[in-house]
Amino acid sequence: MKALLKYRELLLVGAIVLLTIGISLRSPPFADPSNLLGIFNDTSILIILALGQMVVILTRSIDLSIAANLTLSGMIVAMMNAAFPGIPVPVLIATAMLCGLALGAFNGILVWKLDIPPIVVTLGTLTIYRGMAFVVSGGKWVNADQMSPDFIGFTRTIILGLPAMSWIAILAIIVFYVSLTRTAVGRALYAVGVNPTASVYAGLNVGRSKFIAFCISGAIGGLAGYLWVSRYVIASVEIANGYELNVIAACVIGGISIAGGIGSVGGAVLGALFLGLVNNALPVIDVSPFWQMAISGAAIILAVIFNARGERQQGRLILKRAEKT
Amino acid sequence: MTDTTPSPRIIPNRLDNPLRSALLSWETLLLAVAVAIFVINCFASPYFLDANSLSDATFNFTEKALIAFAMALLIISGEIDLSVAAIIALSSTLMGMAAQAGVDTPGLVAIGILVGIACGAFNGWLVTGLKLPSIVVTIGTMSLFRGISFIILGDQAYGNYPESFAFFGQGYVWWVISFEFAAFVVAAIVYWFLLHRTNFGRRIFAIGNNPVAAQFSGVRVARIKFTLFCLTGLMSGIASICITSRLGSTRPSIAQGYELEAITMVVLGGVNILGGSGSILGVVIAAFIVGLVTFGLGLLNVPGIVMSIFTGALLIVVIALPILFRMIRQRHRA
Repeated sequence: MKALLKYRELLLVGAIVLLTIGISLRSPPFADPSNLLGIFNDTSILIILALGQMVVILTRSIDLSIAANLTLSGMIVAMMNAAFPGIPVPVLIATAMLCGLALGAFNGILVWKLDIPPIVVTLGTLTIYRGMAFVVSGGKWVNADQMSPDFIGFTRTIILGLPAMSWIAILAIIVFYVSLTRTAVGRALYAVGVNPTASVYAGLNVGRSKFIAFCISGAIGGLAGYLWVSRYVIASVEIANGYELNVIAACVIGGISIAGGIGSVGGAVLGALFLGLVNNALPVIDVSPFWQMAISGAAIILAVIFNARGERQQGRLILKRAEKT
Repeated sequence: MTDTTPSPRIIPNRLDNPLRSALLSWETLLLAVAVAIFVINCFASPYFLDANSLSDATFNFTEKALIAFAMALLIISGEIDLSVAAIIALSSTLMGMAAQAGVDTPGLVAIGILVGIACGAFNGWLVTGLKLPSIVVTIGTMSLFRGISFIILGDQAYGNYPESFAFFGQGYVWWVISFEFAAFVVAAIVYWFLLHRTNFGRRIFAIGNNPVAAQFSGVRVARIKFTLFCLTGLMSGIASICITSRLGSTRPSIAQGYELEAITMVVLGGVNILGGSGSILGVVIAAFIVGLVTFGLGLLNVPGIVMSIFTGALLIVVIALPILFRMIRQRHRA
């Protein structure tokens, strides 16, 4: 299985390299390291969100509320910043993450304790969280002139040649890689997704693992909320509307199986990078940005076809169905 | 009292009695909620209880409910279609294109329906032909279909639909009964019959409960699922005709978020999101609940986005409450 995953990630790396080469043939500056780093920076938020979503998908769940969580948490810290410009940015980031964590925990509790299917729970909370963003803000926007310079500047601070935004993404990648591959909690997330029944017999608490996954994706949603508001210098009810689908798309393209248990940090990052690359490449090769949506749609479908092939080779389809009943 | 002969054992003509009674109670609960919301609305706003305003209220949910019926069948069979709103956008765009080229109303209707079916068939082929999970496939086709609309339209809009085309979204069949509401009633009856009174319907339940067993019992699982995707596409096409006609214009962002509202109706209506159970009656009541809530709040000048809090909360609360009650009852018994 490991070899298969490696193969898949190599395939994605190949696709990304080919795409970059292809575009740089049309427009040579595209392949400049500085431009590529810029694209990485642009894609940071998507990468971080994809990592959070991946953890949830690993446990056979899905978090449709992640973008609404981003909006609400982002709105709350933006309003705090506008009202009390003196609060230091790290405190605001912690607040955003805690706020996101609480929202994620709410999802998780409903999934864990009441056993409501995750797609139903997060479908409901998706509308609730975004609606709450409207309620707390009264429908008003928080604009650039209301935000403190620190609030906006923090993600743009250059550290060792890279903006802080990129460093946050890199840090997230490392943290997720280590905790998913090297800790008991991380391995449990995989186990629960691969075979819930066996996990119970192995002494794992399936519901609690799902709860933890939702807490993680919630906290990530909150973090992304601050990053988004700081990056685009606007907090409104409409920000990141429908972005949960881009996040899921990144995961799917990255080879994370919606059936749970399969997927890697590398895959999620590459999936997000692929989408980021496409988005940034279109204007360069003179394609209307309106093509973006159709292209990512086609990419998702192709990726699913690839995923299905990989998963089918393991020949556990009948087994999986039998566990369910 | 002295009669000692054992009472004859009643053998139910259907084995799913506990399930049926559970469903019945679910629908009773829903109906109670619907009545409560209706009464609250009557007290909350003096404008509510009026034939014309109630007729206006139906426009809130009929288009989504049309899709919800087909979606209910699809979800009962264990699949899902998230691309329905994108199908609306694509077929509306192509209808708009044809209208610019001078195609008249019957032609537009045919285009709307055919595009819907074609999109549904594409979903169905990906899911049944290539054996892909429907939730991801339709997330993909959702971007693809709406993406094609964006490619065609960009930031433009199509207008100039023929005058007779306005009937589907703005016309009235009789008194205050709009065409949309009539279509909703007809669709409800057709889908109720299809799901609860035909072999086809029984097979949908069978597939949803256990596709492997259904396959071994001679049910053509793939073919039925394919048909269901086509039906969902068809209903999306019909909904697209209604909404395009009602708005009189097409933008690529048309009907954004409808898929979630249609699924909310289906789940609220008691259809098990994991497949295998559900009823059309529940979906009908759920459609009314969603419609009454949004219309009632609208009369109170509550903004649309705040209404969505109520819809979302309704979805979770209505599903969570019976589970909570069951848990409390079990704890008492133990």
